[in-house]
Amino acid sequence: MQMLIQIVSAVPKVMGILVLCFSMGVDAGTSNEIEMGISEYADTSRSHLKSATDLPAKNRVSSSTADHSEFKELQGPFTSGPEVTEACLSCHNKAGQQFMKGIHWTWEYKHPVTGQTLGKKNVVNNFCTNARGNEGMCAQCHAGYGWKDEGFDFNDQTKIDCLVCHDSTGSYYRTPNSKGNAACSIMFEGKQPIDWNKVAQSVALPTRSNCGTCHFYGGGGDGVKHGDLDSSLKHPDKALDVHMDAGGLNFSCTECHQGEGHKWSGSRYNMDAKDEEGVGKPGQRRLVATCESCHGHSPHPGNNLKAVKLNGHTDRVACQTCHIPAFARGGVATKTDWDWRTAGKLKNGEGFNLKGYTQGNGEHRAIYKSIKGDFKYGENLTPSYAWFDGVMNYTTIETTFDPKAGPVEINGFNGAYDDEKSRIWPFKKMHATQPYDKGNNTLVYMHLWGEDESAFWGNYDFGKAIKVGMEKNNKPYSGEHGFVDTVSYWPITHMVAPKSEALNCSGCHAKEGRLSELSGFYMPGRDGFGWLDILGYLAVIGALLVVLVHGVIRFVMCKKRVTEHCKAEE
Amino acid sequence: MVKREKHAVTIYTRYERFWHWSQAALIFMLAFTGFGLHGTHALLPFEKAVMLHTFSAIALILLWIFTTFWNFTTGNWRQFLPHTKGLFAVIRYYAWGILFGEEHPHKKTLRRKQNALQGLAYLTFMVIIGPALWITGIIYLLYDVWNEIPGAADGLFIVAALHTAAAFLMVTFVIVHIYMTTTGKTPLHYIKTMLTGVENVELTEVERAYLAEEHPDRLKDA
Repeated sequence: MQMLIQIVSAVPKVMGILVLCFSMGVDAGTSNEIEMGISEYADTSRSHLKSATDLPAKNRVSSSTADHSEFKELQGPFTSGPEVTEACLSCHNKAGQQFMKGIHWTWEYKHPVTGQTLGKKNVVNNFCTNARGNEGMCAQCHAGYGWKDEGFDFNDQTKIDCLVCHDSTGSYYRTPNSKGNAACSIMFEGKQPIDWNKVAQSVALPTRSNCGTCHFYGGGGDGVKHGDLDSSLKHPDKALDVHMDAGGLNFSCTECHQGEGHKWSGSRYNMDAKDEEGVGKPGQRRLVATCESCHGHSPHPGNNLKAVKLNGHTDRVACQTCHIPAFARGGVATKTDWDWRTAGKLKNGEGFNLKGYTQGNGEHRAIYKSIKGDFKYGENLTPSYAWFDGVMNYTTIETTFDPKAGPVEINGFNGAYDDEKSRIWPFKKMHATQPYDKGNNTLVYMHLWGEDESAFWGNYDFGKAIKVGMEKNNKPYSGEHGFVDTVSYWPITHMVAPKSEALNCSGCHAKEGRLSELSGFYMPGRDGFGWLDILGYLAVIGALLVVLVHGVIRFVMCKKRVTEHCKAEE
Repeated sequence: MVKREKHAVTIYTRYERFWHWSQAALIFMLAFTGFGLHGTHALLPFEKAVMLHTFSAIALILLWIFTTFWNFTTGNWRQFLPHTKGLFAVIRYYAWGILFGEEHPHKKTLRRKQNALQGLAYLTFMVIIGPALWITGIIYLLYDVWNEIPGAADGLFIVAALHTAAAFLMVTFVIVHIYMTTTGKTPLHYIKTMLTGVENVELTEVERAYLAEEHPDRLKDA
C-alpha cells in the first residue's frame, strides 16, 4: 500500500517532465520526435512496477530464519547509504571483505588464460566506449558509493552499496556520482527521496530486478548492450524465457549464476563454452552457470532415435544455439550499430535526441543523440554463430591494430570444429564506428562526463575529449583521431524459448541454413561433395538418357512392325 | 543335347518375391529420404527424413541379413555365381538384337533363372553397392559413438562421401533395372512374373518329372 502511494505521488512529476519534453517541440513533417537536452538517465528503479498484463508472480515461501525489520541495528534512523552499509556490516562482518574481492567492486578482471587485465575499469567497448575516466556517470553501476575519480577508496567497506542488490522494495535508486555538464542536470530532477529505514529493513536475496538495475541497462539504456538481457525479463512470460517465467519457475539470476562468498559464476570474459562435468556428483552444487550443470549432457529425454540424435549434438553445439532461436524478443530493442562520427550536431546550440524507432512495447528509442551519434536497433534478431572455446581476447587500450585490415574485433575469440573444447555458439554481433588514435593505431579513452570544458557530453569536441581522456589515464596519444570500424561479440544465453520454439533440424541442416557461414567441416544437409555430386548426377542422367533413347528406338521399331515387344497382350 | 520343353513354372518362390518387393519399397524410401537429406530436393523436413531414412535402413539391413541366410540355406546363392558364358551375346542382344526382333540368347532354366549380364549386375548390387551402403550407413549412423576420435569430423566427410557415391550407383542401377523390366515379351511381362513368380522356362524331362513328383503346385501348365 505504501508503495502504491509512492507511485501515485510520483506521477505528477513524471508527467511534468513529459510535458516539458513535448513542449520543446515535435518535429513537424516527420514522425520522428525530437527531445531537446540530454536525457541519459534510465530510471531503473521502476523495476518492480508491473503492468496489468503481467502474469502473477509465483513467490517462493521465504524460509528465512530472520526478519530484518525487527533487528535493532536496522532501526536507524538512516540518512545515507553508507550508514546502512555500516549497519549491515556490523552483523555480516565478513561480507565486506568478500565483496571487495569481486568484480562488482573492483571492476577489474585478470583473465586466467590470456593474462589480459580486463574489467570495466580497463576495457574499451563499442558502445559508450569507456567507463574509465567517466566514473562520475558510469559508476552509477558500480556497487559502491561515490566513485567519481581516482580519489575513490577501494578499501573503505562503508562505501559498499549493499542495497542496490538487496533492496526488495523497488524504491531504492542510484544517481550518477558527479553532476556532469550543466546540460545534463535535468536528468535527475523529480526523484522521490529514498526512505532509508524502510529499504534497510526490507533487504532480501537479489531478484532479477536487482541485478537488472545494471545488467538490463548496460551500454547506456534498456537492452542496448546484450540483446538477451533487458527490462522485459523483470516479468517475462514462458515464451520469453522458460526459466524466468514469472508465472512459472520464476528463476532469479542466481538460480543459474551459482556462487558463494559474494562471487558468482558466469563470466563473459572466460566462459564455460563446453561444460564437461555436467550435473556433477549427486547432491553436488557446482559453482557454474552452465545449462549442463542442471540438465546434464543428455538433456533430451526418451529412448528414441530423435532423443539419441539430439543428445548427439550436445558435445559440439551449445544448448543456446537451438534453444534461443532469436534474441531481443521481449519488446525491448537492442542496439546493433553505433556511429560515433555524427555525434555533436546541435539545434540552436543545444544537444538533442531524435526518437525515430518504436520498439515492440511501444516505447520510442532515439536513433540519434547529439552526445552519441547515430544508432540502429533490432528486435527478434537471429544470432550469428561461431565455434567458440570460451576465451575472449580483447583489443584493449594497449593493443595496436591495422585500421585498414577490416573491422577491429573488440573481443575476438578462438574456436574451431576440430578443437574439442569449442562448440557452436550464438552471438549478438555489434558493429560500431568509433574514435581511435590515428597516429598510434590504438583505441582511445574518451572524456565524456565531467563539469569541465573538455567533456564531450556538453562540449561536443572529439579532439579535446580524447586528448583529455588519454592524458588523464596516462595513455600515449598522437594528438590525431580518426574513426574505425569495430565489432564486438555478445554470447547469447538468456531468453531461452520453450522447446516447441527451439530450432528444428533444417534450421541448420540446409544449404542456406543458419550455419552456412561455418566452414571446414562436413554437415549433412548443408554440404555436397563437389565433383562427386556432379559425377553422380551425370551417371543418373546418363542412365535415364540411355534408357529413354533405347526405349524410343524399341517403340519405333515395334510400330514399324519389325519387332513385337510393344504388344499389350501376350 | 538334352531335350527341353517350355513349361509355365513358379520360378520365384513366395519368399523371393517378398524379398524383392519389400527391398524395392525400402530402397525407394531410402533414396527419396536420402537425397532429401543430401539437399537434392526439399520435399520433406530434415527431421522426418532422418527418421524415415534411419528406420528404413534398419529394416533393409534386417531383410538383407535374413535373405543372406535364406540364400545360403536354400542353395539359391548359386544363382548369383558369376559366369561369362553367353555374356557377350546378351550384351549384343540388348544393344542391337532387341531392336530388330531377335530372340533372347539366354533361355531361362531352373538352374539359371538369370542371364550372364543380369547375374553380374545383381552380384554387383549384392556384394558392392549394397554393402558399400550399409557399411558406410552404419558407421554414419553411429557417428556419436566415434566422434571423439581425433579427426572424426574429417572421417565423417569420407564416410558420407562414400555413402553418397554408393547411393548414386544404386539409383543408376535402379533406373536401368526398371527399364529392363519392360524388355520382356510385353512391357509388363517381367513385372507380372515378379508378382506371380510364374515364368515359361525350358524344363528337361527330369526336371519336369521332379517338379511333378515333389512340387506339383509349381507346375502351372493347365
